[in-house]
Amino acid sequence: MIHNKDMIPEQPAPKGTIGPIAWLRGNLFNGPINSLFTLLGLYVLYLLLVPTIQWAFINADWVGDSREDCSRVGACWVFVNARFSQFIYGLYPSEEYWRANIVFAMFAGIIAWMVIPRLPFKRWVTVFALLGFPVIAYVLLHGGYFDLPQVSTHRWGGLMLTLLLASVGMIGALPIGIVLALGRRSNMPIVKTFCVIFIEFWRGVPLITILFMASVMLPLFLPTELSVDRLIRALIGLTLFQSAYMAEVIRGGLQAIPKGQDEAAAALGMTYWKRMGLIVMPQALKMMIPGIVNTFISLFKDTTLVMIIGLFDLLGIVQAALSDSRWLGFSLEGYVFAAFVFWIFCFSMSRYSQYLERKLNTGHKQ
Amino acid sequence: MTQAATNTADLMVEMHNVNKWFGDFHVLRDIYLEVKRGERIVVCGPSGSGKSTLIRCINHLEEHQKGDIVVGGVPLTQDVKRIEQIRRSVGMVFQHFNLFPHLSVLENCCIAPMWVQKKPRKEAEELAMQYLERVRIAEQATKYPGQLSGGQQQRVAIARSLCMHPDVMLFDEPTSALDPEMIKEVLDVMVELAEEGMTMICVTHEMGFAKTVADRVIFMDQGQIIEENAPEPFFNNPQSERTQLFLSQILGH
Repeated sequence: MIHNKDMIPEQPAPKGTIGPIAWLRGNLFNGPINSLFTLLGLYVLYLLLVPTIQWAFINADWVGDSREDCSRVGACWVFVNARFSQFIYGLYPSEEYWRANIVFAMFAGIIAWMVIPRLPFKRWVTVFALLGFPVIAYVLLHGGYFDLPQVSTHRWGGLMLTLLLASVGMIGALPIGIVLALGRRSNMPIVKTFCVIFIEFWRGVPLITILFMASVMLPLFLPTELSVDRLIRALIGLTLFQSAYMAEVIRGGLQAIPKGQDEAAAALGMTYWKRMGLIVMPQALKMMIPGIVNTFISLFKDTTLVMIIGLFDLLGIVQAALSDSRWLGFSLEGYVFAAFVFWIFCFSMSRYSQYLERKLNTGHKQ
Repeated sequence: MTQAATNTADLMVEMHNVNKWFGDFHVLRDIYLEVKRGERIVVCGPSGSGKSTLIRCINHLEEHQKGDIVVGGVPLTQDVKRIEQIRRSVGMVFQHFNLFPHLSVLENCCIAPMWVQKKPRKEAEELAMQYLERVRIAEQATKYPGQLSGGQQQRVAIARSLCMHPDVMLFDEPTSALDPEMIKEVLDVMVELAEEGMTMICVTHEMGFAKTVADRVIFMDQGQIIEENAPEPFFNNPQSERTQLFLSQILGH
């Protein structure tokens, strides 16, 4: 028996099952209880949003140069305005801001170049970002070369310092993490033991302790002529701490790659490093993008802890400004500003990671 | 190959008294196997009999603890360089294809010629297209493995191995993970390969394939080679009881 001799033609979906009205009815108002919760939710949102918007925008004061310019009904962004350059550059001398600005511009340029897919020469930009840019940035920021007056690192601060700590931490932690993760999975007992001890040590100690030890205790053990810059010490501490976390994230990714991948690569005559570099690691890293970015985001926020060793990152400099007697009582504005800046960076990273995940997805779930 | 078979230069794979243990478990026991250039061997036996382990020892995906393995005149030792040299001349096709999911079909075939044999990309791609055409899948070259059916993936895996110009091909149950309607397309490719004179060692339960192409069929059970014969006497007149039982189980219904 034949059911349908001819193909049944495609028909439109019934009325009321697609479109915005149908979506509302299906998701927000399907039944009396759900409708009640929807309305309740909207009311709570209203209660929260309206005063916030009033405080932050409508009643806020934007221009002026002292606390007298603030009505105190809404937010006093005058405070942030007045201190803005300090929040960005820290105690960097204002006549040298142009140097930091060049570095900022190059940094933004590199990021934009890497993120926009259409732009060519990505490989060369990466090489420049990893090799050329740090040297240029150091020469410009630190000075002491080419008639640039020297600005020692204890005057660096604000967003500049936050970005510096975060980028060095990320760029350093990823490769060290990869090596540690491979080492932990190695068959060689000495390599494996070393990596396990390294990871467990750095993971087991709070970051504050590490920073504190790097800043206070390390100089006690080193000869006085071998004094390492405090910022460098903080950078090393932060990088090693995060690399231990990174190693565990990547190890998780490596474990998710079927053994057959490595075997197939081995059967083709590839050496260990080619197997890892060409076959296993690209798949593991792709799978681990959410974990890696998660670690990056937490690293970005952890940079605020350098405050305790007397480095003034964005949050540190905001806090320092709050204790200024001329601006007492504006801590809310200061913290909201710092939170907003941190949120912008972290949210961007999060969105970019989601974009990467979609882009790199080759539908390979076997 | 009409020359006398005793010439050792003609031996592609030699396994002499090979023994292997997984921990305490004795998986391969005194394996003695010699495969001549151009010979087609089918290895069969119940699951857990050690047949996969046997062929995985040939390219050192598994390590044997006792005995000698010589591949293409090169003795297999612990030396990593030596192992890699042997692996370059031994192709392997896996039960689950093991294609690289992050690379396109073409890149899957090019990666080893480019990175192991240092061929220029263009040359590697031409070679890859040539083999992809041979396994009749050239039109899928830009797709990713995840977009292909199992049979197509396995044919790509065969092409990927052939791109290295191996002297011997090992097949580890190449059709047992496939849906029934796809088995034939893979077996057809393997038969063609056999007809072209490729040295092959196949672990498979496809007895039709064994009857058509095998020079010798080897039956393994509990880590030992129980019986070895040309296909015709092997299937029609099995000598050992265990072979008879096995054949009756897989052919009997």
